[in-house]
Amino acid sequence: MGKRIDVKDLNVFYGDFKAVEGVSMTVEPRSVTAFIGPSGCGKSTFLRTLNRMHEVIPGGHVQGKVMLDDEDLYAPGVDPVAVRRTVGMVFQRPNPFPTMSIRDNVIAGLRLNGVKNKKVLDQKVEESLQGANLWNEVKDRLNKPGAGLSGGQQQRLCIARAIAVEPQVLLMDEPCSALDPISTLAIEDLIGKLKEQYTIVIVTHNMQQAARVSDKTAFFNLEATGKPGNLIEMDDTQQIFNNPSKKATEDYISGRFG
Amino acid sequence: MSLDVKDIPASEAGDLGGIDHGKSGIRVLKNNIATVLIWAAFLIALIPLVWILWTVLSKGLSTILTVTWWQKDQSGVGAPGFDTNVRGARHAIIGTLEIAAATSVIAIPIAVMTAIYLVEYGRGKLARGVSFMVDILSGVPSIVAGLFIYAVWVTFFGWKLNAFCSSLALVLLMVPVVCRSTEEMLKLVPNELREASYALGVPKWKTIVKVVLPTSFSGIVTGSLLGFARVAGETAPLLILAQYTQFLNYNLFSGNMAALPTLINVNVPNMAGDQVSADRVWGAACTLILLVLVINLLGRLIGRLTRVKS
Repeated sequence: MGKRIDVKDLNVFYGDFKAVEGVSMTVEPRSVTAFIGPSGCGKSTFLRTLNRMHEVIPGGHVQGKVMLDDEDLYAPGVDPVAVRRTVGMVFQRPNPFPTMSIRDNVIAGLRLNGVKNKKVLDQKVEESLQGANLWNEVKDRLNKPGAGLSGGQQQRLCIARAIAVEPQVLLMDEPCSALDPISTLAIEDLIGKLKEQYTIVIVTHNMQQAARVSDKTAFFNLEATGKPGNLIEMDDTQQIFNNPSKKATEDYISGRFG
Repeated sequence: MSLDVKDIPASEAGDLGGIDHGKSGIRVLKNNIATVLIWAAFLIALIPLVWILWTVLSKGLSTILTVTWWQKDQSGVGAPGFDTNVRGARHAIIGTLEIAAATSVIAIPIAVMTAIYLVEYGRGKLARGVSFMVDILSGVPSIVAGLFIYAVWVTFFGWKLNAFCSSLALVLLMVPVVCRSTEEMLKLVPNELREASYALGVPKWKTIVKVVLPTSFSGIVTGSLLGFARVAGETAPLLILAQYTQFLNYNLFSGNMAALPTLINVNVPNMAGDQVSADRVWGAACTLILLVLVINLLGRLIGRLTRVKS
C-alpha cells in the first residue's frame, strides 16, 4: 500500500482566479510530506487537488497532471468519487457524522459504498480504531454518538474513518490546529505509525510539527495578495529547516515574515 | 452582590477610580424604561391570544367533551331550531384529517425535493427562478389557489368536484411553507459533513440521502407538521372546492366531504338565534385548535426523539 504522487505543472483555479501556479513535485510512497507556508499561499487548495476535493467548490478546476503511480487523476473518464476512495482526507476541524455512533462513523465509508457483511464491518471497526490508536479508549462505548468524544479523540475517529476505506494516500489539512498539545502529540505519534502503510501529505502552520513528523517539506509562498501561490522549494525536512536554498524559505522558517 | 448606583452621590463617585456614576444612573434609568416597555409589549401581544383561547374554550369545551361529538356526524340536521341536538363532528374531523393528509402526501415530497435542489444543487438562473417562484407561491392568497384548481378541474377538464380538489389547492399553499423551512434546515447542516462524506468516496446523492437528510431530519419533520397544521385550518379553498355535507364520507375521490372550517361556515349564519348552531360552531373551532395543538406537540416530540445528540 501507499502510492507515489507525481504532480506536473499544476495550475489551480477558482473560476477565473488562478490560486496556485505551476506546481511540480514528487511525493514518495510511505513517507510524510509537510506543506508549510503563510496563510493564503494555496497549500490547502493544492492539497485538495490531490483527491479532487477542489472540484466540490463551484468553479474549482485545474490544469496539469496529478499522477498516482502511473494513473492520471485528471484524465478524462476518471471518476472523482473513485479517486477519493483511493486518496483519503482528514480535515482541520474534527467532523464525525453527528447522527452516527462511533462504530457507524468508522464504517460510514464502507457502508455508504454498499458493504453489508456484518463480520467484515465488525472486523474493520476494530482494525481501523486500532490503526488510529483509539480502540482502547472507545471499545466499551462503540454505540455512543461519535460527537460525544473529546476533540482529539474525534480527530482520531476521523482518521479511523478515513483509513477504513483502505486508501493509498492520506491527506491531512491542518489536522491538529483545533487540538490541545496532548491530543496533538497523539496525532503526531499516529502519523509516524501510519506512514509505514500510507503515503501521507500534511498541511501545517506549525513549523515544529512539520520538523517533527515529516520526511520532506514543501514551502509555498505567494508574491502578493491577489497573485497565485507557488511552490518555492521542496527538500528533505532536515535540509529545509537547517539549510534552505531559497532566501524566502529561510526568512519564513526563521520567523522574519508570515 | 448588588451595588445600587443611585445610592452613591455623584460627588463621591470621583473617588472610585474616576468612574462617573452620574451617567450610569441615566443608563440604569434607560434600562428600566426599556424593560418596562418590552414587558408591556409582550403582555399586549398576549391579550388577543389569551382572549381567543378563552372564548373558544369557554364556549366550545363542553361540546367537544361529549362522546357523541366524536362519534356522530350531522345527518338529519334540518332547519335551524328544528333539530335540537348538537350531534357530532366526526364527518368534519375525518374530512379535515383526510384532506390535510392527502395534501401532505403530495406536498411534502415536492417541497423537500425542491429544497434539496435549491440548497444542494441549484446554481445560476434556474435556481434563482425556482427560489423566486417559491416566494411568489407563498404570497398567493388561498382563495386564488382555490380558484385556480376550480378553473383547471371544472372549467378546463370538466370534471366533477371532489374533496381531492381541496387537497390539490392546499398543496399550492403547503409547498412553499415546507420548502422554506426545509431549506433553512438543510443550510444548517455544516459543509464539513458533506466534505467528510465526499472524502470517503461517497457520491453526492448518497451523501445527501445518508448524511445531510438524517442530520436535518428532526427539523424537516417539525416544518412539515407545521405545514400540516397550517393547511388543516385553511378555509378559503374549501369554500370553493369542498361542498359541505352532513354525512360522513371516507372517500376523497367521490362525493362531498365536510371539514371543520366548512362545518363552522355552514353554521355561522344561524348562530345568533340558535344555541345549537352556536354550540356546533364553537365546538368545531375548539376541535380545530385542539387538532393543531396535538399535531404541533407531535412534531415537537418527533423532533426531540430524532434530534442529533452530542
